[in-house]
Amino acid sequence: MKRVAYDIAIVGSGAGGGTVAQELSPLCRQGLRIAVLEKGPRLRDEEFTGRELEMAGALYEDGGGFLTADGAMTIAFGCAYGGSTVVYTGTSMLPPKRVIDRWNVPGLTHADLDRRARKFMAENNAHLVDDGLINENNKLFVEGCRKLNYDVRQFPVNIKGCRGSSLCNLGCPNQAKQGADRVQLPRAERNGVEVVTRCQVLTVGEKTLAVRVAAKPAGAKGDPSLWEPGDYQIDAKIIVLCAGAVNTPALLLRSGMARSLPRLGYGFTSHPAFIIVGEHSRPITNFVGHPKSYYLDRAERDYFVLETCMYFPFITAKSMAGFGEPHSAFMGAFPRLQMILVLACDEADAHNRVAIDKAGRPVVHYRFQAQAVAGLMRGAFTAAEILFAAGAVRVHMPVARSTTIEAADAARLPEIAAAAEFRPGKTPVSAAHPQGGCGMGSGPAGSVTDSYGRVHGLPWLFVADASLFPNSLEINPYVTIMALADRVAQRIREEVPALL
Amino acid sequence: MPLNPDPAIFRAVVSTIVPEASALDGQGWRDLHQVVEALLRDRPESLKRQLRIFLRAIQWLPVVRYGRPFTRLRPAARARVLAHLQDDRIQKVRVGFWGLRTIVLAGYYGRPQAAQAIGYAASPQGWEAVR
Repeated sequence: MKRVAYDIAIVGSGAGGGTVAQELSPLCRQGLRIAVLEKGPRLRDEEFTGRELEMAGALYEDGGGFLTADGAMTIAFGCAYGGSTVVYTGTSMLPPKRVIDRWNVPGLTHADLDRRARKFMAENNAHLVDDGLINENNKLFVEGCRKLNYDVRQFPVNIKGCRGSSLCNLGCPNQAKQGADRVQLPRAERNGVEVVTRCQVLTVGEKTLAVRVAAKPAGAKGDPSLWEPGDYQIDAKIIVLCAGAVNTPALLLRSGMARSLPRLGYGFTSHPAFIIVGEHSRPITNFVGHPKSYYLDRAERDYFVLETCMYFPFITAKSMAGFGEPHSAFMGAFPRLQMILVLACDEADAHNRVAIDKAGRPVVHYRFQAQAVAGLMRGAFTAAEILFAAGAVRVHMPVARSTTIEAADAARLPEIAAAAEFRPGKTPVSAAHPQGGCGMGSGPAGSVTDSYGRVHGLPWLFVADASLFPNSLEINPYVTIMALADRVAQRIREEVPALL
Repeated sequence: MPLNPDPAIFRAVVSTIVPEASALDGQGWRDLHQVVEALLRDRPESLKRQLRIFLRAIQWLPVVRYGRPFTRLRPAARARVLAHLQDDRIQKVRVGFWGLRTIVLAGYYGRPQAAQAIGYAASPQGWEAVR
């Protein structure tokens, strides 16, 4: 086994890892050696083709098909240089005060997170998109909401030079999204941070990491790793885990830390989601333009958030319920489809958690809570109302007994809703916001880290990703992850003299 | 092919889930199988085994009710068999069908020809491609 030494090793290169790398990178000028270890590949610009299965296989963990233990929900998260910031839509939301206050983490204030979040909003060029880039899929959502007097809002998005490919979730083919792969990581590398791709961290030991570097598979996208394939031991005086809310808890569990950290893996939330699809009588612009420009936030009262969205043929087909003629009829009307994503606000509970299997692979145990199901159901029928108000002639409703609702039956929505049924394993649910598992708090009995991401009892080990969230954020999380990672980096900078 | 030795059953299931698949020619089926094969290549052997078992169950369960296997049923009866699995009271059965349905939909809609057929034409050029 080869041995390599660094002062600081950062595991993962997404919103958390990219931010920590950038914020610590000035230390390289003082002679410190810093490495980012990323399991996924680093793609060249020309490899972002926008082809659905090809890109999903290259950029997502398990090709986007990571399933919960019972198989009833798909969890999508990135596995590439830049992590999930490569495959999100760039929606940039400040942490909600209501949520941060409710988290009630000693030492963590909303004011501090908000200040840091605004720094990253500016750094990532988050802004409201010009009207000329907004397609009818979004405009009809606004129209429907306004007709119903709903408080529709526009998302700030972190794009620069967007051509409106609509392919954000497959990695922008025009490098317009200002994710960690475009902003924080390149800056960190310019300052001297090394990024090692195809490098999976197997276990964490006392100031060491056991890692395995994989060869580039034949025909795969991305550059080979900077390192030769094989097993390595990395000695690092400070280790920062930023592998995400599934892989960071799993890594610590694989490393035998469950005994000293009884909350490890617990508190997992994910914003379970599904799509509601409306068909219009005429083609609309939907697969062109930024796909996610508006939202309706009903989290506080009704436990759901509606967001505009536009997916690709397979994901759309998979995300609609049922099969056969009714399903095909919607798919065949693709240029006339309007889509709304319903996200539910789930709560940290005693059951939902990250565990590992015998081989040490992550296993997510997830049960749909009554609150989340209520949020999905209310959100689904609110979305249907909006679609009909916007002029849809029929709506695909995944939880209705008959999944197609004609406009003539729009007045019967309350009655249809009353008979609707959410059935795990039948209702197609997916999640793209995995959170929790290494929650912040005041001590090991109730949490895994302190409010600066330091793992209880291990002064050299930090966490800086969405696994820190002690409960659901109720909104798209990347800016909050960056704000928390900024706090972690600040604490490390302050303590470098003592820790090295 | 990961779902061998059940290609006939698989095709019957595909054509029930996506009726348009019955119009696929030989090349279309080869493309669909290729997508499915690529999708399953790196999946655990246990998953592939479960899929094969599930397919065989789909083939033989209808004998009890209809007196003939799935591949010899009319399309409407095939759809009823799959609908029963989709709505089964046991979650594991529903999840099994959902997994199979996912693979079928990937095989069919993962082909560029299918995207073209339904009018999906997203382009990296975005607005320039449509204006």
